Amino acid sequence: MYHSYSGGGVTIDGPSILVRKNVGNSVSLSANYYVDMISGASIDVEATASPYSEQRDEYSLGADYLVDKTTVSIGYTNSSENDYQAETVAFGISQAFFGELSTLDMRVSFGNDDVFRNGDPDFAADAQHRRYAVNWNQILTTKLIAELSVETVADEGFLNNPYRTVRYADPASALGFSYQPEIYPTTRNSDAVALRAKYRLPYRAAIRAEYRRYADSWGVEADNIEFRYTHPLREQDEWILEGKLRFYQQDAADFYSDLFPYRDATNFRARDKELSNFSDISIGIGVAYVLPERWSLFDRKNTINFYWDHILFEYDDFRDVTVHNPENTIAPGEEPGYSFGANVIRLFWSVRL
Amino acid sequence: MFSTLRRLALLGTGMALLSGCSVSPWVAPYERHYLADPIMAFEMDPVAAGYMNHVYEAREAARGAEGGSGGGCGCN
Repeated sequence: MYHSYSGGGVTIDGPSILVRKNVGNSVSLSANYYVDMISGASIDVEATASPYSEQRDEYSLGADYLVDKTTVSIGYTNSSENDYQAETVAFGISQAFFGELSTLDMRVSFGNDDVFRNGDPDFAADAQHRRYAVNWNQILTTKLIAELSVETVADEGFLNNPYRTVRYADPASALGFSYQPEIYPTTRNSDAVALRAKYRLPYRAAIRAEYRRYADSWGVEADNIEFRYTHPLREQDEWILEGKLRFYQQDAADFYSDLFPYRDATNFRARDKELSNFSDISIGIGVAYVLPERWSLFDRKNTINFYWDHILFEYDDFRDVTVHNPENTIAPGEEPGYSFGANVIRLFWSVRL
Repeated sequence: MFSTLRRLALLGTGMALLSGCSVSPWVAPYERHYLADPIMAFEMDPVAAGYMNHVYEAREAARGAEGGSGGGCGCN
């Protein structure tokens, strides 16, 4: 798979290769190599630092073991950047029951991160992440299927970004504001609940709807809703088209501010736009094409897939400080709200072995 | 930590009790041809869906409950 995210001055792209192999009838092994190549300068970097480029490599190994109607899975992921190392182990169990109308899936994962700061050999910190997820999948009618997902995440340790800063009003500065490092609490607990359903229309097509509610101990509350429409063009599955529309909205963390009144104004402080009051809208289209047999590898079903998503972010109280220049005299806190559009592309070749 | 486990246990117990109330599977295996159609999968490709969840998780504060395709990447 080739994946690309481009927006807000940043481009992140790279390849991802997944290989899955069945061993006997009950064991399935998988290995994934995934790369993020990051370049450019986000709005934060543009305001306070210089453009950069870096790479993140991620390796994952997984195994699924199927016994009767139970699947047990284990996984390991290692992610490394020049200033960030992360390891995650995961364990899951999935049980189908009630004539296989219902499937209950439970997963836990534990992650351990080591955080460094380039240019500062004395800085080292760590963070732990624990995730607990439960999914209940239910066949409701011959054409309707639903799923309820609940997930709790607990983080502990160094959770902010060692480079990012907050800004505060500073009459001594020419622009009227200065920057100081951000400080986050060292714990964060979040809960998310999602309900999704998929319905087969009277003709061969399907619609999907999803709602998710999120809240965490930092005071962030968020909702999102998504609709999808899947439409195959022919009975033989040669082309499958998909359209998507998604709305997301969140309330800021308690310790977020675009402009703090003075230096060291609060114990915790953030000016990360991802913790501000904002909303985004995504529009996506996708197409999957089943290759004719003469083009197919390994005599199996081969598909080529292309998905394009456009996400428009609109920040209510994250202001665009790059508007300042010698020709204008915009007061701090009066800058226009920041907004940007991002394009996300997924292009992949899939072989079902 | 404790309250999390207790909540999960309560949820599991509640669901088990709920399922016990029903009589018998109301959609027989031979009635599931619509559901077996690949277009009825919640995600046609879990790897591609996982990537999209990763993008959302990086750009939005909310995380978790993405369903079978999962999310999260052990990164920040």
